[in-house]
Amino acid sequence: MARKTIRTDYLARVEGEGAMRVEIEDGSVTDVKLNIYEPPRFFEAFLRGRDFTEAPDITARICGICPVAYQMSAVRAMERACGVEVGGQLRALRRLLYCGEWLESHALHVFMLHAPDFLGYESAIEMARDHPELVANALELKKTGNEVMTVIGGREVHPINLRVGGWYRAPRKRELAPLVEKLERARELALAAVRLTAGLDFPDYDRDYELVALAQPGEYPIDLGRIVSTGGLDVDVSEYDDHFVEEHVPWSNALHSHLRDRGSYLCGPLARFALAADLLSPVAREAAQEAGLEPTERNPFRSIVVRCVELVYAADEALRLIADYEEPDAPALGVEPRPGIGWGCTEAPRGILYHRYEIDGEGTILDAKIVPPTSQNQLAIEEDLRGVVERSLELPDEELRLLCEQTIRNYDPCISCATHFLTLEVERR
Amino acid sequence: VKKPKLAVWKFASCDGCQLSLLDCEDELLQLAGEIEIAYFLEARRATVKGPYDLSIVEGSVTTAHDAERIRKVRETSRRLVTIGACATGGGIQALKNFADVEEFTAAVYASPEYISTLETSTPISAHVPVDFELNGCPINKRQLLEVITAFLHGRRPNISSTSVCVECKRRGTVCVMVAHGTPCLGPVTHAGCGAICPAYNRGCYGCFGPMETPNTKSLTRQLRVLGMGDRGIDRVFRTFNVEPFEKVREDG
Repeated sequence: MARKTIRTDYLARVEGEGAMRVEIEDGSVTDVKLNIYEPPRFFEAFLRGRDFTEAPDITARICGICPVAYQMSAVRAMERACGVEVGGQLRALRRLLYCGEWLESHALHVFMLHAPDFLGYESAIEMARDHPELVANALELKKTGNEVMTVIGGREVHPINLRVGGWYRAPRKRELAPLVEKLERARELALAAVRLTAGLDFPDYDRDYELVALAQPGEYPIDLGRIVSTGGLDVDVSEYDDHFVEEHVPWSNALHSHLRDRGSYLCGPLARFALAADLLSPVAREAAQEAGLEPTERNPFRSIVVRCVELVYAADEALRLIADYEEPDAPALGVEPRPGIGWGCTEAPRGILYHRYEIDGEGTILDAKIVPPTSQNQLAIEEDLRGVVERSLELPDEELRLLCEQTIRNYDPCISCATHFLTLEVERR
Repeated sequence: VKKPKLAVWKFASCDGCQLSLLDCEDELLQLAGEIEIAYFLEARRATVKGPYDLSIVEGSVTTAHDAERIRKVRETSRRLVTIGACATGGGIQALKNFADVEEFTAAVYASPEYISTLETSTPISAHVPVDFELNGCPINKRQLLEVITAFLHGRRPNISSTSVCVECKRRGTVCVMVAHGTPCLGPVTHAGCGAICPAYNRGCYGCFGPMETPNTKSLTRQLRVLGMGDRGIDRVFRTFNVEPFEKVREDG
């Protein structure tokens, strides 16, 4: 009987704090737990009693990596509760701000957090010694995303300009103009990144996930849509709670999600790509084809390539939105509170982010529910770990440990969102 | 020459302030050349043991485990700087200091018995001596670079402690409160953001916490003149710097 323990106390290059434990007995995996021990911060509790207009700024503070996603889901939920539809250029600007966050977040994850796994470095800083141009280009790409957020949102972390009903101030056309050249360059850098990541060595692993993303006719999903899946789900956001269940498990400060009567599912780049690749811009679609991505890509390690395709798209889409931009007459629509419930779901870089609020006639929040993508993906991450370890039991412990970490990083897990820190522990018996 | 060792630590927070270091896209590689980034889990897997010349701490203390951990961080750090509203003032999660924690836990988690948390969210300075506190929710990355540079050269950081009002004047932004009647915390809020909100026709909402000796009484009177009620005034002071503002608030 073989008994061994492998452990890593802290999983690095993820956003937040967590631990992981894999138990192996007689050559088979007996238990896998992703332990998110990021201290709880109770946002849903202290949102109660706050004003409906405060939700975007308060929930942004759940995550410094994807604050725009929180603001977007919150404003949509509140606007829906109040019966207001924000469209036209006000909505186009939202999509543009979101493109900035996708660029920043994806560039951070692909190059600073994930690529070092594939290229054999402990960090991008070490990687920069051998590949200075690669890291310099990554930082430039990331910076362009941040500049989009700064121009439209006021700053890159916790932007200040988005509000229920629209914006505090709509940018002038001339403020957007300097972004064009940078975004064109970002698109080139992203295309190079697709080619580079397509040539990486990927572990041979795939799984038949149920993939879940938003769907909106004619648009690659970012800021709105119905919730659809490869398993045939097609529901309005207001029906989310009928189909998705959250469960509290003892080993995690994040709640686990699953599809009612179906089990785990996956959201994020792989899901968006599988369900909406035909809606990518022609340049992004072509890049995906050249990279050899399957129409439904089921190898989670290849998510790094899909993220790069989405980088191309985000740059391209931002350019389209800027080209079509006309300054709106007013920066925001008036929104009067009314008693009711509102739902909002948008595509954070790492997957769908769901908000639900109940407010009263004065606009006071009575109840709040927030389901971040990382807690939705947590079950799938655990199942992948089990699958990857079972196929790789012959590996030496240190290599197996690295492979487990890489598997977790496939999902760009944002533990700040799901609550936050990963420790990795592999136990063999 | 031995490079100074930098460590970045995280407590209860959103990650946004330490992300600001990675957001220094133009300076990051140069910084990594001049100092040894010895411990920074968000960015690198390899860690170097302490002692560290400078520790940067993000986040507040909300668990017994973290209260112990910050003491160990302090022991191994020659200088310790807190970054952001969580580490410096307890953060938005300090709202629980004014509420019933059991009820809070039950509101979020179906099985509250699995959750271990302290009654309060407290700043790092409530647990260990702190050499410098950098305000902001999030911090300003230019100020972060200034703080790192200053400490590595053994001087005090050049960080202004005036109000957001001064930054508006410097930027040439028309006063939103005077010109548009928009309620604004700028007169009592610590400078540092560059007065972003008024430049976007929005009143300051206090991300950087109270300035030195703020006149909250006079501002509160003005907020009332502009039509804010008690509830609205309470809310605007009780956000990302709830504890620091509660300490200096005087009714007007």
